[in-house]
Amino acid sequence: MNSPAPSPSEKGSFGSAAAMKRLKQRHRAEMRFKLYGQLAIGIAIVALVTLLISIFGQASSAFSRNVLTFDVRLDAEQVDPSGERDPEAIARNVSGFNLLLQDNLAEDFLPGETDRARLRELYGMFTRLAVLPIARKTAENPEIIGTGQEFRVALADDIDLYLKGGVSERKSLKLGEIQDVTGTLDDGIDVTFADMKAVEDLRSALETFRERSEGDNQPAALIQLGETWFRLQDIDGRTASLTYLAGASTMPAAGTNASTLVLEQSEENRTVSDRQIAWTMLLKEDGRVKSVFNTSLFSHSDSTYPELAGTAAAVVGSLWTMLVTALLAIPVGIFAAVYLEEFATKNRMTDLIEVNINNLAAVPSIVFGLLGAAVFINFLGLPRSVPLVGGLVLGLLVLPTVIIASRAALKAVPPSIRDAALGVGASQTQAVFHHVVPLAAPGILTGSIIGMARALGETAPLLLIGMVAFVAEVPDGPTDESTVLPVLIYKWSTGAERAWEPQTAAAIIVLLVFLVLMNLIAIILRRRFERRW
Amino acid sequence: MDGNVEDFTETRPKQAHTMSEMIKVDCRNIDVFYGDKQAIYDISLAIQDRAVTSFIGPSGCGKSTFLRCINRMNDTIETAKVSGQIYMDGADINDHSIDPVLLRSRVGMVFQKPNPFPKSIYDNIAYGPRIHGLASGKQELDEVVESALRKAGLWDEVKDRLQAPGTSLSGGQQQRLCIARAIAVSPEVILMDEPCSALDPIATARIEELIDELRERYCIVIVTHSMQQAARVSQRTAFFHLGKLIEYGDTEQIFTNPVDSKTQDYITGRYG
Ligand SMILES: Nc1ncnc2c1ncn2[C@@H]1O[C@H](COP(=O)(O)OP(=O)(O)OP(=O)(O)O)[C@@H](O)[C@H]1O
Ligand SMILES: [Mg+2]
Repeated sequence: MNSPAPSPSEKGSFGSAAAMKRLKQRHRAEMRFKLYGQLAIGIAIVALVTLLISIFGQASSAFSRNVLTFDVRLDAEQVDPSGERDPEAIARNVSGFNLLLQDNLAEDFLPGETDRARLRELYGMFTRLAVLPIARKTAENPEIIGTGQEFRVALADDIDLYLKGGVSERKSLKLGEIQDVTGTLDDGIDVTFADMKAVEDLRSALETFRERSEGDNQPAALIQLGETWFRLQDIDGRTASLTYLAGASTMPAAGTNASTLVLEQSEENRTVSDRQIAWTMLLKEDGRVKSVFNTSLFSHSDSTYPELAGTAAAVVGSLWTMLVTALLAIPVGIFAAVYLEEFATKNRMTDLIEVNINNLAAVPSIVFGLLGAAVFINFLGLPRSVPLVGGLVLGLLVLPTVIIASRAALKAVPPSIRDAALGVGASQTQAVFHHVVPLAAPGILTGSIIGMARALGETAPLLLIGMVAFVAEVPDGPTDESTVLPVLIYKWSTGAERAWEPQTAAAIIVLLVFLVLMNLIAIILRRRFERRW
Repeated sequence: MDGNVEDFTETRPKQAHTMSEMIKVDCRNIDVFYGDKQAIYDISLAIQDRAVTSFIGPSGCGKSTFLRCINRMNDTIETAKVSGQIYMDGADINDHSIDPVLLRSRVGMVFQKPNPFPKSIYDNIAYGPRIHGLASGKQELDEVVESALRKAGLWDEVKDRLQAPGTSLSGGQQQRLCIARAIAVSPEVILMDEPCSALDPIATARIEELIDELRERYCIVIVTHSMQQAARVSQRTAFFHLGKLIEYGDTEQIFTNPVDSKTQDYITGRYG
């Protein structure tokens, strides 16, 4: 090159000082903007993670369930008093099966007991309907009547919650061997512990709980000596006076190993009694109470008892509803969008339609519920609480979304493709359906699935058309009474028992799984469509 | 070709070949409005068969608009209104009885920017013949595709990758693919709107060569901003200015001895 060499002053500098200053400012502005962006994403991620952690944390206990295994001979007298082996009668004979379970328990824990209150305490570890699955199973296979069977029943929600660490704060301690035992099981016994240190631990545990609790709450201590459980009445030095609670009714011998369960809440402040805890612990030690994966969450329908309630009916109801919604919203939406975008002449009329579609997309969903109730149920006389009506209402609700998304996708197809098709003599319809729509398909698909996802999560309009009814049967079709997942979540979240809380969170997870699945399908389909080009 | 021969001796100096004397497209008193705005003022122009006619003129003078009248692509623009008559082989193409779809299968078009369908090379070419039912069976379709690609001079470059997407070709190859696509429906007229404006000189030379070859079989109209290109490839040239046809004649005459001073100014590069 023949240009003169740069003078030293110019070397290494591309501009004047003012230009450099401006440049620096610009760099700073860019950095700032980047920071804002990262901050925004950070906040979004933190919010999402918090949400997920709290839901999963709450739901984790709902995914396992404590069940009792019990062996029983299915006594024909009890199970099928009529002797006709009528499956329906057997399935309805909940009391008969309950008696089997109760007798089985009473034989183990309270042989010969006549105190009704005591028996009720024992039976209270299970809800009445816990035996329903057994009754149904027996009804399906009547030949097992009269034979010995092994069954599993769900423990009552409070016991289940206790086993999962709820109901009361607790602390387990080893107390070492006992030196000396006096008294009788009926009147109470006095026990002397060998290990002073262990007794101190027990005292301090009681003291900590007492300090923590407010009011006149007295922490309780349950003491296990061998196979027998006692309640701690008083402790003086190394000697404790105990009363019998449950388990083997033999006097413990000196040298037996002792352990204790210190509970923060006194018996009156708990939903589970001392005795029920003792029985539960005995059953657990026997291996008869086990924590299993809570399949009933997926296989059962709704129930008034949280330990028996499941999402099956709501999931199937949601699927039927979504099917109706998709059949209405997707084809109508796509054809409306194609017509408006590709064929309709632009005039006042189409402008008006466009404005109204945009407005419709912003209408609160509850309004669609009112419309559904007025038009489909009152005017057309369709039944209440059925997926057909729910699907129609949700279909109308997401129709504008599908139309808007599809139109945007169609608009994004370069006009040169239309020109190319028309240029080789394709008709307008051929150009649109051979070239424009396939190119817009990924966008249309995404829009449709986003619309469907919105419909899947809708609650309000469905409440208005009665899909909040209690549904204990899995619906067989779109005209069967049913409910949907978000409505079920809403219902469960209003349940009074503590056990509804994890149950609700678990149902939310089921719903989220569905949403993730739908989005996954959207992504896969989009990939497939896009790869073809 | 059964084009109707008309007497245009007044506006057209005599030609060596009688074949070239045949008029393929005869446009009379064309006015085009975009809404209220008039883009073309009363243009009458006869285009010869088996020859290349080039439209030149400054930007915005209505070359594309006029070109698009010939295959009724202006129909797709809602605001556009075309009046006047265009006769192709004696039939008025604006007549109600003429379907624009049928017309466009006889009047192919190549656009300024290469616009292959986002499909395979094969499907790009085969699309036209398929929708017009020009080939029965795979065998015949293969032949149509091959012959179109050969005529467009693209066959040797793509014969091993017919299933590759059309968009994977280079710009020049894409434009030749578009020409092949237009040829595949065996049109009689090919309209090209600045076909080389997005291409480098080598690809341009290739296309010009191709246009020269195609001239033997088709009636070609090309819009161009390059004087050299117009001079190189066309036999007839029309100069447009502000929506009016200023001068139309043999390319040689227009470039060497223009009648109108505006034409003179434009081709010598004084404006535009
Ligand atoms: N779709 C349209 N709507 C409204 N006016 C248009 C439209 N297309 C073109 N015009 C107008 O018509 C006139 C002619 O346009 P045209 O595209 O035919 O010019 P051109 O000669 O092809 O220009 P260029 O050489 O830049 O391509 C211009 O004034 C332009 O603004
Ligand atoms: Mg143009």
